[in-house]
Amino acid sequence: MNPPVATPFFFYLLSGTMLIGGILVITRRNAVHSALALIAALLAQAGLYLMLYAPFVAGVQIILYAGGIMVLFLFVIMLVNLERAQKERQFNKQWLVGIAAAGALGGLFITIYTKGKGIFPDRPMPASLEGTNTQDIGKLLYGQYMFAFEIASLLLLVAIIGAVVMAKKRI
Amino acid sequence: MQPIIDYITSYLGNKTQTPGAAGNLFWAFVYILLVFLGLSVAVIAMNWLERKILAHMQVRLGPMRVGPHGLLQPIADAIKLLLKEDIMPAEADGFVFWIAPFIVVLAAFTVFVVVPFGPTHAITDMNIGILFMLGVSSLSVLGIVMAGWASNSHYPLIGALRSSAQMVSYEVAMGLAVVSAILMTSLHGLGLYGAGGVGTGDTGTLSMIGIVQAQQEQGVWFVFKFFPLGLIAFFIFAIAMVAETNRAPFDLPEAESELTAGFHTEYSGFRWSLFFLAEYSAMIAVSSIAVTLWLGGWLRPFPNLLHGATWDLVFNLFPGITFLFLAAICFYSTARMPKHPYFKIQTIGLAGFGAVLGLIGLALFVPAVFIRVQDIYWFAMKVAAFMYLYIWYRGTFPRYRFDQLMKVGWKILLPMGLGLLILTACMGMRSELRHQVVEPLWHRVANIL
Repeated sequence: MNPPVATPFFFYLLSGTMLIGGILVITRRNAVHSALALIAALLAQAGLYLMLYAPFVAGVQIILYAGGIMVLFLFVIMLVNLERAQKERQFNKQWLVGIAAAGALGGLFITIYTKGKGIFPDRPMPASLEGTNTQDIGKLLYGQYMFAFEIASLLLLVAIIGAVVMAKKRI
Repeated sequence: MQPIIDYITSYLGNKTQTPGAAGNLFWAFVYILLVFLGLSVAVIAMNWLERKILAHMQVRLGPMRVGPHGLLQPIADAIKLLLKEDIMPAEADGFVFWIAPFIVVLAAFTVFVVVPFGPTHAITDMNIGILFMLGVSSLSVLGIVMAGWASNSHYPLIGALRSSAQMVSYEVAMGLAVVSAILMTSLHGLGLYGAGGVGTGDTGTLSMIGIVQAQQEQGVWFVFKFFPLGLIAFFIFAIAMVAETNRAPFDLPEAESELTAGFHTEYSGFRWSLFFLAEYSAMIAVSSIAVTLWLGGWLRPFPNLLHGATWDLVFNLFPGITFLFLAAICFYSTARMPKHPYFKIQTIGLAGFGAVLGLIGLALFVPAVFIRVQDIYWFAMKVAAFMYLYIWYRGTFPRYRFDQLMKVGWKILLPMGLGLLILTACMGMRSELRHQVVEPLWHRVANIL
């Protein structure tokens, strides 16, 4: 049997990368650097999905976020006048609200961490899921959760049409 | 010492698993080194072949000076690039400028982790194989955008913008073609969703090895399946992959007549050679996706038409014959070399090269050897055909205009891909219906009559 890949070392490495990336996103003055830090954070997140034995989600994360959405982000940012953007104030005055929100979220996490033992299964998931991960997801999406899946795709379709209508004045 | 030797030899008897799947780190590492070495040799060979073939297409000779028939030209080029001064523009963004070539190279080489050169000749086999390849190769556009932006210069910026727009547009059509091929892995004709790849139950598969095994089980390369649907999907992919690798006739990001050299205008020396390396290895990577998905990967041609032990043996001798043929060309050129003493070393070198090729060819006639490497040979030959096509395109087609490029991508390839996907699904359902509904009904009617 193969030795497990999901060791604590990789978990701390990946979450450390994510945290540093996330902090860099909001502290960098240059918007392109922020976007690059965000890409690093998203890739580390894909690694975390891999550690959870969910290779399909990790692959989709890379292909959609790192390879698709962030390219469009960079595409737009590169057209922005960076010299003017550098002179703008970096943080706005809503930091009080921000701290309150962050505190509430942190409190939630701590509560779950200390008292939420009943929520999670008390034993690790069966590890054999990795080999057929994609097939399992496909069966669930097109079997058990068919309705929710179709509703989600309909919502996305509405969003696409809305984007086209807003972008084009005369159709 | 003994446990280490045991660990190393434990994989040798394994004829069903890749080293990654068997969890053997040592052999996985050996395979990584072999793939890297093979790729580097292939890039060097491509460099020489592209110049020679392109030159002959234009009735020129191409490189002739360094080595016989310019054979050593790529090595001379590599030395020149390594010795060149490394220049960084004064206003460039240092870190991004520095890291961009590495990202491009990493993305281009990492995808070879899942490329199946044979049923056991891959570094590893992933459940998400093809998704991994598409995802990681889409990261290379990030490197290109970063390189163009960090140079802080106009031509690279325009080149990078063009490149990202082009790659994002063609990725969509490419993805649709790939999805229709993946759909075919599950449409086998047994049960509602058919039997997919080996060990995947009744669903299809994304694993690169599984896709080829599905073609083997179904007895058809996907390019011929549901004719002409597979063929059209293959053509969509073949067009999109040229655009995806920024090659002629879609080489607008580095259009030398308008943008000097596009996104890598400001790069020089070693960093530039990294972009060069990445471009060629990305070409090999997308070609191997096409070969795996549509052209049966490592399977030899005509398995149905020309089958039986005799034909198997004939096809097994192909690798050796190829190398002997190359050796014969070398010896013929040696005989035709000028007899002047100035060319003495070159003549000896060419004869030596031919002798090495001939020895490899002779070694490939040993049954124990050709049984193990014939799948690699067929895979490499199919990829080589694509590489020749790349050069042929470059010698034949004029460059597209940018609006034409976008029109082809969004208004022709994308609707075609969508329609194709729906039609493939319909064809699959049709064969299911025939198996499950029409034939039992027909039997019943026949029984009554």
